[in-house]
Amino acid sequence: MAKTNAIGLERTDYRAQPSTLCPGCGHDSIANQIITMAYELGIPPHRLVKFSGIGCSSKSLAYFWGRTHGFNALHGRMPSVATGAHLANHTLLSLGVSGDGDSGSIGLGQYKHMLRRNVPMVYIIENNGVYGLTKGQFSATADLDQNSKYYGHNPLPPVDLALEAIVGGATFVARSFSGDAKQVQQLLRAAIHHEGTAVLDIISPCVTFNNQPDSTKSYPYGKEHEIALHEIAVMSPDYIEEKSEITTDYEAGEVITVEMHDGTYIRLKKLDRDYDPRNRAQAIQLLEEASREELLLTGLLYYEEPRPTLAQTENLVDTPLAHLTEEKLRPPREALEKLMQELA
Amino acid sequence: MSTVQVQSDQQMDAATQIINDFSFTVATSNGSGSQTSNLVLIRALFKMGIPVNGKNLFPSNIKGLPTWYTIRVSKDGYIARRDKTQIVIAFNQKTAADDINSIPSGGVCILPQEWRQGRVRLQLPERDDIIFYEVPVKELVKAFDIPSQRREQVSNMVYVGAVAQLFGIDIGTIREALSDQFGGKERPVQMNMQVIEAAYHWVAENIEKRDPYRFAPLNMTERKILITGNEAAALGAIFGGMTVTAWYPITPSTSVVDSILKYRYLRKDPETGKSTVAVVQAEDELAAIGMVVGAGWAGARAMTATSGPGISLMAEFAGLAYFAEIPSVIWDVTRMGPSTGLPTRTSQGDLLFAHTLGHGDTQHPVLLPASVEEAFEFGWRAFDLADELQTLVFVLSDLDLGMNLWMSKPFTYPDEPIKRGKVLSAEDLEAFEERFGVTWGRHRDVDGDGVAYRTLPGTDHPKAAYFTRGTGHNEMAVYSERPEDWVQNLDRLHRKMQTAKKLMPKPIKDANGAKIGLISFGTNDAAICEARDWLAAEGIATDYMRVRSLPLHDEVHEFMQAHERVYVIENNFDGQLLQVIRMYSDYSTEHVQSLALGDSLPMTPDWVYAQITEQERK
Repeated sequence: MAKTNAIGLERTDYRAQPSTLCPGCGHDSIANQIITMAYELGIPPHRLVKFSGIGCSSKSLAYFWGRTHGFNALHGRMPSVATGAHLANHTLLSLGVSGDGDSGSIGLGQYKHMLRRNVPMVYIIENNGVYGLTKGQFSATADLDQNSKYYGHNPLPPVDLALEAIVGGATFVARSFSGDAKQVQQLLRAAIHHEGTAVLDIISPCVTFNNQPDSTKSYPYGKEHEIALHEIAVMSPDYIEEKSEITTDYEAGEVITVEMHDGTYIRLKKLDRDYDPRNRAQAIQLLEEASREELLLTGLLYYEEPRPTLAQTENLVDTPLAHLTEEKLRPPREALEKLMQELA
Repeated sequence: MSTVQVQSDQQMDAATQIINDFSFTVATSNGSGSQTSNLVLIRALFKMGIPVNGKNLFPSNIKGLPTWYTIRVSKDGYIARRDKTQIVIAFNQKTAADDINSIPSGGVCILPQEWRQGRVRLQLPERDDIIFYEVPVKELVKAFDIPSQRREQVSNMVYVGAVAQLFGIDIGTIREALSDQFGGKERPVQMNMQVIEAAYHWVAENIEKRDPYRFAPLNMTERKILITGNEAAALGAIFGGMTVTAWYPITPSTSVVDSILKYRYLRKDPETGKSTVAVVQAEDELAAIGMVVGAGWAGARAMTATSGPGISLMAEFAGLAYFAEIPSVIWDVTRMGPSTGLPTRTSQGDLLFAHTLGHGDTQHPVLLPASVEEAFEFGWRAFDLADELQTLVFVLSDLDLGMNLWMSKPFTYPDEPIKRGKVLSAEDLEAFEERFGVTWGRHRDVDGDGVAYRTLPGTDHPKAAYFTRGTGHNEMAVYSERPEDWVQNLDRLHRKMQTAKKLMPKPIKDANGAKIGLISFGTNDAAICEARDWLAAEGIATDYMRVRSLPLHDEVHEFMQAHERVYVIENNFDGQLLQVIRMYSDYSTEHVQSLALGDSLPMTPDWVYAQITEQERK
């Protein structure tokens, strides 16, 4: 008898097609963590919905959650598709997988406008600094002065997609490293509870085109340089005992506890530095420092109480628009007759 | 100034009067508020029971450039624009000379008196074959305490009063029309009405009517409405169960969404006050169509309204919607291209592009409304078609239909229940295998009509999920690069377009065995119908077929073959409908002649008549 989760499903029920990415690709370990998150939280697969754009990262959408509706959209345009789906059915839990080319170049506009509208979804950027499917071009997040075997020297500064998110009005922004499975897992658990766009910018090395140790997007670099800002633990509101546990047992200043809108707690245990992700100015300063000194600082970079979601801003009825029946969709005959009299 | 001997109104006998059968042009400058004056005149004439049509020929500009508004009254009910207008209200100094020169002999020009007086006199063409009426605009307005920012707009009320007096509109009817225009707000009505009345009385006391043109009450607008095509489209969407509109502002489609917002209240839940309609202004047309496709995929009835440059940006998503089979609706209110083109002028130039939008082999069903009634009907029907065919449906309107006021029969309430197409619930899915003898696959055609069954995200069944992709896929929606799978898919999509023909509105035919056949689509209808009457009066009988949708119905080819000579009449430069006909036709088209205009203005019967008589004389 295989192990099952709280709703009686096996881990297999959250798996999908086998990956066709290069063996060792960082994206595969993230897909695994996505599977684990949904399985362990016991989320019914039909309550989820998944999206991606185009690129290696976006291909990985087919490699997790086979029992969940998925939409592999156009290059850089996943945010608009996810926005439309949210309007059609705001009760679904949405997760999107994008890449640095998808969100940082072709789709930078849609990325920022999705954040502005606060479309509730987990938005993962599998960031490897390079175009894989077209064989090794620099992406907009490639390091300044990086050298590539095929494309030479990169003279341009990188776009910091986490910084763009904070500046763009995101209310949940994290950075992680695909080699840090534990942290990725905890961030995913927090993000899925966020009632707004939750951005996870995950450094996810490309083993084929960008894994040389001097690249800040490589495994060797990540393993050597990752500095976690805190140790993260997420407690869902269902676990009352754990909740009391997370608020006690620590000395003042050692732990920051963030309570999310649905009662979920994120416990951030201090490591080397004092850092409060609820301070926007501090978050921006931190990313400036990380950029200047090429530090891989990971963890929850920024959190604030989410603004109303797009469906809330639009003041939509509680029933998903997709499920409305004729009587809600078509005004009565008298309404048209009255209008016709007014126009006569 | 006029040296022509003209009879006074009293002396003119009934035979020389021209009643309810002429056009006039109002020449003003853009942003001066003249639209209000023009709409008041149209509404007043409509209230008098006279068939009336107005067309706004405006510049791409906020303020200052010249603009013209033509109004036609027709006792015979004709609503097309005419090449010449007998009366010109020349209120724009910059264009006055050209405007005066455009008036046909025997016509009338109304202009501000002050242009010819004082130290700086405007040099205007001297014409002794038309009648000039000069009205002291400045002086009439100066008599009232009008706030300076309102003075220009109110000045345009002078010609309303003058037209009412000279050609016979009851001042009470003008007041009603003005009140309608201002939604009953007493203060603006009062401010404008005092100027109208002053002009009305000044003209009565100071001008002797010397022209033959008159309005007279009729009863031909009873049970009729006045509405723009864009507003009709919006009402169609509201009554068609549209739930998501995502858009980016672009002339001439903007008022489609403005009207959706205006009528959104009809879709408010009475208990909670919450809305069953989402309207999102996107960051560009690309995001707008992305939202529409995402919403359609997840089960909304979603649309966007745009124009040529917008559909250029939507091309990639249009191809995805076709190949991934996602219900969605695009209203293309066509303006003149290529490129930025003439953004405020009408065209039928997007026909081919819309029909085949997307790279690779793509065909989209296209609805072609010709009237505000059809704009409403196709407005709601488009969503049923999109859901039934699980594809992108275009509605190709144009600036003329969309932005001008049209007289119409009141709209008919949708006579069919809302159709959501082949959507499987969890229970349907459970019973699928028993019903069809095979397992369900998202792209598996079990009915033979090319349309497969779909499930919506959120369906609580272990087999409900599928993966939507623009990449090659097999019947089960699994990635496939096999040529067999690719061909099978495209074959099925072609089969689906055959099904589309059965569901899309058929062409309308008016045939009596004539040797000449006319084929057209959209707003050319008004000009063609009138030109056919003129031709018939000269003994040239014509049959007429108006195409109302693509893919083309077989009836069009049958009509083509049944006539000795066929003219395909359209308002684009390249003869795009004829190209579509040739695309779908194995028959010879040697007897078919393209009459393609594409001059950026609504087609006139004068043009159609001249083209056909010229061809027929050959």
